[in-house]
Amino acid sequence: MFDLERWQEIFDTIRKNKLRTFLTGVSVASGIFMLVILLGFGEGMQNGIAYEFEQDATTIVEVWPGVTTKEFKGLNPGRRIQLRNDNYNSSNSLFGDKIEYKSPLIFVQNVTVNYGKEALVYGVRGVSYDYQFIDNAKLAEGRFLNYLDEKNTGKVAIIGRKIKQDVFKSVDTPVGEFINISGVLFKIVGVFDEREEREEERIYIPVTTAQKVFNGADRISNISYTMPAVDNFDEAVVQAVAFKENLRSHLQQVHTVAPDDTSAIQVWSALEEAKRYFSLTGNIKFFFWFVGICTIIAGVVGVSNIMLIVVKERTREIGIRKALGAKPWSIVGMILHEAIFVTAISGFAGLIFSMGLLEIVGPYIEVDYVKNPSVNFNVALATVFVLILAGTIAGFFPAWRAANIHTIDALRDE
Amino acid sequence: MIEIKDLHKSYKMGSNSLHVLKGINFSCKEGELVAIMGSSGSGKSTLLNILGMLDEADEGEYILDGIPIKNLNETKAANYRNKFLGFIFQSFNLINYKTALENVALPLYYQKMPRKQRQEKALKYLEQVGLKEWSHHLPSELSGGQKQRVAIARAMVAEPKVLLADELTGALDSTTSYEVMDLIQKINDQGNTILVVTHEPDIAQMCKRIIHLKDGVIVKDEKVKQVRATANV
Repeated sequence: MFDLERWQEIFDTIRKNKLRTFLTGVSVASGIFMLVILLGFGEGMQNGIAYEFEQDATTIVEVWPGVTTKEFKGLNPGRRIQLRNDNYNSSNSLFGDKIEYKSPLIFVQNVTVNYGKEALVYGVRGVSYDYQFIDNAKLAEGRFLNYLDEKNTGKVAIIGRKIKQDVFKSVDTPVGEFINISGVLFKIVGVFDEREEREEERIYIPVTTAQKVFNGADRISNISYTMPAVDNFDEAVVQAVAFKENLRSHLQQVHTVAPDDTSAIQVWSALEEAKRYFSLTGNIKFFFWFVGICTIIAGVVGVSNIMLIVVKERTREIGIRKALGAKPWSIVGMILHEAIFVTAISGFAGLIFSMGLLEIVGPYIEVDYVKNPSVNFNVALATVFVLILAGTIAGFFPAWRAANIHTIDALRDE
Repeated sequence: MIEIKDLHKSYKMGSNSLHVLKGINFSCKEGELVAIMGSSGSGKSTLLNILGMLDEADEGEYILDGIPIKNLNETKAANYRNKFLGFIFQSFNLINYKTALENVALPLYYQKMPRKQRQEKALKYLEQVGLKEWSHHLPSELSGGQKQRVAIARAMVAEPKVLLADELTGALDSTTSYEVMDLIQKINDQGNTILVVTHEPDIAQMCKRIIHLKDGVIVKDEKVKQVRATANV
């Protein structure tokens, strides 16, 4: 391997057989290139999906009522279910140990919102003070709702950043300003950030205020929970599904709904949904690996093919060399040395090129569900070595056979 | 230099075997220029292959410069070929992507001689065959006679004990053939042992001794008066 003379001989051969060398190189480099790009995108999709799910707490469980579709205990289908404070409280006490944060949610209907002379066409929601953690809202200014606001039915509001940008351009900060919601003045105490603008077009007020001031009585629209984080993802999913089912059957009993009537009480678990996505990305990753490995195999076959042709083409030359005193091992060594050298150089070229592409272009890719595609360097390096090894093995057998052809037969080869 | 005793060789062709050499006895001293003649199928090429250690005899002794040649494996044969023998082929057998100089230097590469020394020596031998100016040309840029002269230089460069030429003029016209034979004679004049396989009588007459082979046996072994090739050029 470190024989300088051998290297010179190899370089001579490579220099004088450029096309052959080029073709071998391209088939190896493209194999590595494809694999790295595919693996990179597999990783990118996983990153992207993880990112999408980061927005809300991933352990979130939401409940919203619907319309019954089945007759049950003498009650007709088509009945609209209304959640009430009682449902919220009883669920909390029944499943308290499974719950991390909890909040009811009221969509305040038929109100007008004004700031000075300006009308604000944004949704108003009544929520509890824990809702900040459920929604993963980041506070940009001021504070979120607190326990006292809720207890004292405080007339305070939190607005999204988008509303601040749209309406409160004239003031330094909207905190301390008052908005008029259907004749009642609310003091803005905080501004929150969300990743999506749509979610920043909301005004939050305490749930108790929403019920008392806007004719809510004890009605609530939705209930949101988050569950305490569990290290093991699969276990977390199992717990989430169990919680979801228990919660649903409790609410079904309270509202006299048939146990199999899923549209009357709808419960959604982000974890369950996430699992679906993660197993999807798992599959996609597996698929990319599969395609990548097929590409590598195609590369290996390509290299073997070229090696076969190379050896065939050089049979006569091998005969000449043997007549001049080349030993069989030196023939095998020469052919393999060249093969390994070309495969290694082009393999690393493909590796560097594709990794460079991922590094440079990767961070700028802005497609939903694909984020920062990257690839584990060690994995990529390993594939290069696999390819070199495979190329060596693929080259060895024809080389060995050629080196052991009878010299006269090799010389007669046309 | 070469001693052969009772050499037999047969080839298996399916179920029946073809007895090609049927007990050859032959010896040749240093500095001889021997032509081996015979029609095709007489076994002359087989004999040359055995002498060149490209093939092995079934029976008999072969002693080259006092060294018994037997039980050859590929590695050992390669070693002997490299040290003791120089080959000249009918079809030149130059490596087409190497220049004349590199072709000539190749046997020295397998002797593990350093590159620089190799090239100097190769150039010296190219000069001897009158092709110094052509040293950086590829075989495809040379004429047939030039190619054969490169091949002769290559056969000579390792300073072998014996030169083996198989129909070395077979692919050349007569003028070029004589030029090449002139070179062979000059090399022989320097004291080199050369065996030439040919079926052309005029080429054979330019040697010092002719061995006639027929059906695997030597039918005639005669010393001849050498015809100098220069007379014909």
